[in-house]
Amino acid sequence: MLIKLLNTLLMIVVALSITGVINRTRALLSGRKGIRFFQHVYNARLLLRKGAVYSPTTTALFRIAPCVYLGAAIMAFLFIPVANLEPVLSFHGDIVLVAYLLALSRIAIVLAAMDTGSSFEGMGAAREALYGALVEPALMMGLATFALFCGYSSFADIFSTAQMFDTNITIVMLLLAYVFLIIMIIESGRVPVDDPRTHLELTMIHEVMCLDYSGIDLAMINIAGWLKNAIWAMIAANAVSVVVCFHWEFATPLAILGSGITIGAIESLRARNKLSRNTTYILTIVAMSALVLLTGFLLYQNIDI
Amino acid sequence: MKLYHITNNTAAAVAIADIPVVDYVELYNDLKERMKDGNYHVAHYFATEISEGLKFYIILLNDANGEVLISSFVPDYYAEGLASLTALHPQFHPFEREIHELYGVPFDSHPWLKPLRFSHDRRNKNSSMDTYPFYTIEGDELHEVNVGPIHAGIIEPGAFRFICSGEQVLHLEIALGYQHRGVEGEMLRENNSLRRVVISESVAGDTAVGHATAYAELIEKLGDKRVDEDLYLERMIGLELERMAMHIADTGALATDIGFQLYQVACEALRTVTINTTQAWCGNRFGKSLIRPFGTNHPLTAAKCELIRKNVADVRRRYAELRRDMLEDPTLLARFEQCGLVPHVEMQRIGGVGQAARASALCRDIRKSHPSGYYATKLSHEPITKQDGDVMSRLMMRLDEVWQSADYILRTLESYQPKGELSAPDYFAPLHADSLSFSLVEGWRGEICHVALTDDKGQIAKYKIKDPSLHNWLGLAIAVRSEGISDFPINNKSFNLSYCGHDL
Repeated sequence: MLIKLLNTLLMIVVALSITGVINRTRALLSGRKGIRFFQHVYNARLLLRKGAVYSPTTTALFRIAPCVYLGAAIMAFLFIPVANLEPVLSFHGDIVLVAYLLALSRIAIVLAAMDTGSSFEGMGAAREALYGALVEPALMMGLATFALFCGYSSFADIFSTAQMFDTNITIVMLLLAYVFLIIMIIESGRVPVDDPRTHLELTMIHEVMCLDYSGIDLAMINIAGWLKNAIWAMIAANAVSVVVCFHWEFATPLAILGSGITIGAIESLRARNKLSRNTTYILTIVAMSALVLLTGFLLYQNIDI
Repeated sequence: MKLYHITNNTAAAVAIADIPVVDYVELYNDLKERMKDGNYHVAHYFATEISEGLKFYIILLNDANGEVLISSFVPDYYAEGLASLTALHPQFHPFEREIHELYGVPFDSHPWLKPLRFSHDRRNKNSSMDTYPFYTIEGDELHEVNVGPIHAGIIEPGAFRFICSGEQVLHLEIALGYQHRGVEGEMLRENNSLRRVVISESVAGDTAVGHATAYAELIEKLGDKRVDEDLYLERMIGLELERMAMHIADTGALATDIGFQLYQVACEALRTVTINTTQAWCGNRFGKSLIRPFGTNHPLTAAKCELIRKNVADVRRRYAELRRDMLEDPTLLARFEQCGLVPHVEMQRIGGVGQAARASALCRDIRKSHPSGYYATKLSHEPITKQDGDVMSRLMMRLDEVWQSADYILRTLESYQPKGELSAPDYFAPLHADSLSFSLVEGWRGEICHVALTDDKGQIAKYKIKDPSLHNWLGLAIAVRSEGISDFPINNKSFNLSYCGHDL
């Protein structure tokens, strides 16, 4: 029980810290001091205290969506173990449930965006739906690689049996970590796929879908975003720690710093993709994921390569 | 019969009596052929009320030999419409639309006779922004995206209507006029030269020096007083500092729009140094109060010269590093190259000016073709041009022109021995009566043209202003055709046109 509690607490720490690390990295790389580390949390607290304003063209769908979005993210969040710890929820086959909980949250927000009738939000929804569909194979193949090695299909089991892995899967695990990091970038709408800081509606993907949300609804969407970040960052960190040091004391800072610094550096040092190039970018990750699965399968079969 | 009075940008104002009043049909036939020559473009074309109705003035520029051609006509337009020149040469479109909007002059077969800016004194008060006749295309697979007029950020208002097929833009129509303040009317409201020059500085806030210089030169052409050569030099430095500051700011803005933080913050820092230099000189970061007719309140001193030299040299060095890195950055090149193409021939048809035109290999630069002041006497300017006409070319224009402007400032200041004092501004100099005076100045955005007509007492009776944006807005609409709609912001930023300069 205590272990489950510790696991959840660590996940929350990861969720709250990643945005701070990203902001701090960006500030340092641009020669600035930067905002407070937990400024985004203060902002969310401020939003939580506010009521929401709704456009008269929207329906109940629009109001329910943030709850579904956050609810699904919390559910998925509870399935993720921190290295050798145990998650709150776990059952056989939960990796599929996690993938589809996240898909559910996407559907909720896409439908809500369409509900506003705004042409911007319609465009954003179309982009989100396309990229979501494209990235899903990468996610499923990545999870399948984990399942393949241990014969289990729940996050808790996968990582609890991880000590049995031998060293020749190092490369597979590192590649998997890379794949999940890129999935994190795509899912959380970061450069080079999306730009969370832009004010240009025409170029937005995730942000434009939230344009009509305010107050508590917006806070819920932002919090769900942190939770999702934590999910991806932790899966990637777990994959690395399996082959380096499988302990929560190693995996937690790795999840925070590894993903935070990587994303912060990418956002500072390169331009966004042209929107039409995003599909190619995502398909590259799908291909990478397929390659990882294939390599993993060959290693699993003990074929000498 | 003589169709034009030929003058140039350094000559004194033209007596109205010297401008031939021609038959419109003859002028039309001449322009039909003449404007096919890419060296010609229209600088201004406007109508003014006289006792017999309307008198039209047209000012053409010949880029090849520096001639300025002025003609006028008094048509009996109520009897029959004027044949539209826009139908043959689209570069006339804003001028004919303005005349139509103000006076209801019908133009036959004008393809796009829509309101230009909904000015307060428009003839048809029923035409309003809410009923702007946007172009539409029918089709189940198409959708319209309306952006504006209220801008999400800090930029001025303007309505952009996209017709898209998926992510691809088929057509963009830009409706402006939200910033209309009636500047041209304000210029006449009081006979006060100081007030006028202050208003000129506000025609477009980012071109304060450019428009103020245009006003000062226009007034000086109408007066008999000689202007000190050193004053021209100091104005040149003011103009080039403004050009540097705005080009650096735009470089940063382009980086912002592609989410490239590093170049954004680097450019912001450099722009601050540049505009602070202007502030150290005249007390205002945008160069307001720097330019005054016949003199200046802020003559350069040796200390100020040294400060400008030091800062400009520093900015040039740091910007050169930035330039080198930007030209080698693959992610940046992937965004800007082959995006937002405006071919040379299109740019010429729409009468594009300034750095946007030069990016499309159309060499229009007043500093070269119609130089005045210091550019005419001491500086032999060689315009930079680029071939491709894409966003990258427009960025490279900026990268190179900052270097060039810094070079002019540094070279000039090296040998300049400031006297420390120059003649004070003269707001009461008598002006030539019954004259037409125009000024052409290459602002950072392109060709600025001010025109004034004086009455028989030497008072300004008509004042017309043209910001380069008037020509170039159509260029933006052409640039985004068949581009992805998400690339509109970088195209918009690569032109960086003025809303208030267009709307006046």
